Amino acid sequence: MSEIIIYTVITLSALGAVAAVVLFFIAKKFKVYEDPRIDQVEELLPAANCGGCGFPGCRAFAEAMVKADDISEFNCPVGGNDTMAAIATALGKELQEKEPQIAVIRCNGTPEHRKRTTKYEGASSCSVAHNLYTGETNCAYGCLSEGDCVVVCDFDAIYMDEATGLPVVKDNCVACGACITACPRNIIELRNRGKKERRIFISCINKDKGAPAKKACSVACIGCGKCVKECPFDAITLENNLAYIDYEKCKLCRKCVPVCPTNAIHELNFPPRKAKPAAPKAEKETTAPKADAADNKPKQDNNSTN
Amino acid sequence: MLKTFKIGGVHPEENKLSAGAAIEQLPLPDTVSIPVAQHIGAPAKVLVKRNDKVKVGTIIAESGGFVSANIHSSVSGVVQKIDNVYDASGYRRQAVIIKVEGDEWEESIDQSTDVKKEITLSQKEIIDQVNAMGVVGLGGATFPTHVKLMVPDGKKAEVLLINGVECEPYLTADHRLMLEKGHEMMIGIRILMKALGIVKAAIGIENNKPDAIKTLQKISVEYPGIDIVSLKVKYPQGGEKQLIKAVINREVPSGKLPIEVGAVVQNVGTAFAVYEAVQKSKPLIERIVTVTGKSVSKPSNLLVRIGTPVSKLIEAAGGLPDDTGKVVSGGPMMGKALNDLEAPVTKGTSGVLIFADKEAHRKAYDACIRCGKCITACPMGLEPFLLMSYAEQQMWKEAEDDKIMDCIECGSCSFTCPSYRPLLDYIRLGKSNVSQIIRSRKQ
Amino acid sequence: MNRLLTVSPSPHVKGHDSVRSIMYGVVISLIPALGVAVYFFGLDALKLTLIAVIASVIFEWLIHKFILKERPASAFDGSAIITGMLLAFNVPSNLPVWMLVVGALVAVGVGKMSFGGLGKNIFNPALVGRVFMLISWPVEMTTWPANRFHLTDGYTGATPLGMIKEGIGNGKTVSELMDQVPTALDFFVGNMSGSLGEISALAILIGGIYMLMRKIITWHAPISIFGTVFIFSAIMHTINPEMYPAPLFHLLTGGLFIGAIYMATDMVTSPMTGKGQIIFGVGIGVITMLIRYWGAYPEGVSFAILIMNATVPIINRYTKPQRFGEEVNNG
Repeated sequence: MSEIIIYTVITLSALGAVAAVVLFFIAKKFKVYEDPRIDQVEELLPAANCGGCGFPGCRAFAEAMVKADDISEFNCPVGGNDTMAAIATALGKELQEKEPQIAVIRCNGTPEHRKRTTKYEGASSCSVAHNLYTGETNCAYGCLSEGDCVVVCDFDAIYMDEATGLPVVKDNCVACGACITACPRNIIELRNRGKKERRIFISCINKDKGAPAKKACSVACIGCGKCVKECPFDAITLENNLAYIDYEKCKLCRKCVPVCPTNAIHELNFPPRKAKPAAPKAEKETTAPKADAADNKPKQDNNSTN
Repeated sequence: MLKTFKIGGVHPEENKLSAGAAIEQLPLPDTVSIPVAQHIGAPAKVLVKRNDKVKVGTIIAESGGFVSANIHSSVSGVVQKIDNVYDASGYRRQAVIIKVEGDEWEESIDQSTDVKKEITLSQKEIIDQVNAMGVVGLGGATFPTHVKLMVPDGKKAEVLLINGVECEPYLTADHRLMLEKGHEMMIGIRILMKALGIVKAAIGIENNKPDAIKTLQKISVEYPGIDIVSLKVKYPQGGEKQLIKAVINREVPSGKLPIEVGAVVQNVGTAFAVYEAVQKSKPLIERIVTVTGKSVSKPSNLLVRIGTPVSKLIEAAGGLPDDTGKVVSGGPMMGKALNDLEAPVTKGTSGVLIFADKEAHRKAYDACIRCGKCITACPMGLEPFLLMSYAEQQMWKEAEDDKIMDCIECGSCSFTCPSYRPLLDYIRLGKSNVSQIIRSRKQ
Repeated sequence: MNRLLTVSPSPHVKGHDSVRSIMYGVVISLIPALGVAVYFFGLDALKLTLIAVIASVIFEWLIHKFILKERPASAFDGSAIITGMLLAFNVPSNLPVWMLVVGALVAVGVGKMSFGGLGKNIFNPALVGRVFMLISWPVEMTTWPANRFHLTDGYTGATPLGMIKEGIGNGKTVSELMDQVPTALDFFVGNMSGSLGEISALAILIGGIYMLMRKIITWHAPISIFGTVFIFSAIMHTINPEMYPAPLFHLLTGGLFIGAIYMATDMVTSPMTGKGQIIFGVGIGVITMLIRYWGAYPEGVSFAILIMNATVPIINRYTKPQRFGEEVNNG
């Protein structure tokens, strides 16, 4: 009995030793040279492999950055500025800081605002529904509520609100852009997170003329242009019956919000207004704690110097 | 043994409820809305403006390119506005809306019902006339007919195939046409043959229409060169490639057109429209539409002016049943579900099909059990289950390699799937993505 | 009308086939084989079959509900019933009940649900359970009671294949051994000892024809298996008739019929196209005969099918259906 055990141990050890030697030489001979900086950079990356940078995975992104002379075009949305700064230092390259961004849903077509006219019954995918027809409502631009954006999110940062039938972006969004590619109607947009997470945007992308747009959805942008006139910073443009707020130019003064006749302009994370009609919309798009009423600044309109 | 195509195919319940209903003229509606994009290709360009007076047959939009077609007013009256309306595609498209006043026709149109047998126009004149009268394929694909009649250089048309298959369940418009307008249709075929410069034509008819086969066989002695071919009932025999395979046993190569094998395929309705266009100078302003469904009280075949709202047709067929769950424009296999009953009848509307609520719904779907029934059913020899998962996973390259673009969207795969999987939904999605990729590659 | 119109992509009609109708079709087709088993082995056969079916369904339901947390209703789509029946048909009629229950757990739990349920499994669940039992309890699984009518030499414990294999191993010739085993007619109707459901080729053939008519299975896999086994054994028999029994013997004995008609045609674990199924069938035939001639077990169908199950993805990749217009032959 003991003999068997001894023989087994000896044979297996010998086999192992021979294999190790062979492998050692093969590994030596076929070693591929790789820039050690690739490993370094990869180490610094968040390893989310989300594709938000436009490369297939963090490794590919690291390789591309090591090769490139100028890395200012590169950005890892997940890691943000800290990560990119660390990489720039590691590679000894210049880099400008980028504003952190977040996805916003530019549709507010809840069942109250947007009457359902048909019942969709096909594969539960926005792309399939979009391929087929305008969707369950008469708005050919709005959210289809089948949740393609939720499916593609790797970060659990977006969910479908059953009551409104609209997706909701959570604060942990890393702006990787997966949902933007997935949305067949291009409702989702990356915008700067803004100071104190405050954002103003037109929550509609309906390019129809006023009458059909309004008929399809009570909170549609009808392209009246009132906000364009109101904006003191020329941040709002009107094209194809649709207003758009440029987040680079917007100073978050909120003047445009009350003038909108259809309440299509959405403000997020602002303190409630004083002595004015209540903010037109429920702040439903974030789970972040709202600013306390205590530090409510009455002169919000003029905080334009930042 | 009866002829049919070889690969795949299914046999849905035929349900030809309106086969016995003679064609009836639908009364004129109050307004019509005539979309400018009723055909494959470029939309037509509007020629009229608000408050213009038009007659029946007045051209209101002209062909917007080589593959495009003229649009004529189907009624006499005043142009109310040019606006976007829902059409059967489910999207809002530009349309000319005309308020009907009386029924005054353009003088050039021969309104008599006499059968005019003699073909006086030359080959080129025929093609020009077909083009001018806005004739498009009436089988459903609405491909402009004059384009099909111009054989590209280096190719030679040998045989004209006339599609009288009507393989879609429920629909009977073509069937009634063959029964009631046999002579006109045959003359139309002779005109098409002259335009193509060929002497051989064959009409393929499935043998569930024995009366049509008999009628046409009887009169075909007067029209030399036209064969009547009786085919075994199998869906989708009305598909161009399937029909060519069934009747003359030639296979159109993948990605190529029927002319590659010397065949030109036209629908029976198109042949009739060509007759009217060439012999009577009558533009394509009306067509036969089957209005049917198990819950419909009076399944009918109606002669309808283009632009009439679908709701008017349903009224004529006994009104919309209370339990309606879905209204489909076209047949049950390839038709489009309507989201608005005010959508106008277009050149491609072959039927209006009403499903009761209990027939209208799909069941929840399960995992693929890999039974291979979709492969057996696919008339193009594809693997629908695989194409669906490619589309779900967005594997466009693999989908293209596995010939997703060959799919004719006949729906046999979804029809046959025991797990109720939405195979075609995803394949269609894959097709639209892959075709975009192919287009961007060409640029 | 206040109801909203439904809008869905075409097609708007659906064929009559459903997973449920297919699965219950298979169950119906198994009834003749069950009848034969009850006839020859008495109520034991019925008892074992019922226990295997109930155990399979319950295990599937439990796994669905508590592990996969999906709709447990799919436990009743009939596929678990088939797994249970086929499992019972592959065991001797005097197998202890607890072994069968453990076998059902392995079949459903390991063979099917561990891959995610119906449609995702690589191996035929019933065969996974059977092979598990065969390896775990070789004695119980290969000791067959003689059937009620086959009393010519008292209590024989072996199947015809087992007797031949053992006999040849002991230096006897086929013609000597052939006198001891039942006749071909006996094999055909099932008058021999063996597992519950695999004894009667006739009953299985009836079930197979029923499934063919209902288009649940196609002819490709069974016919190619039978063909391969026949040709292979005919060649070997011609080379040495005293070492290798005649082809008919190989066709009718062992689990070849049940394997070829029920296990190799399992939709989930067989190739998708006819071409692929023929390759699959030939592979099964060859491996079966290799095991029967030179393997350690007298019977090889189960192993052969399991081995070929593993090759199905590759077969699928290289056997595309005939595309329309790919090879144009216009004459």
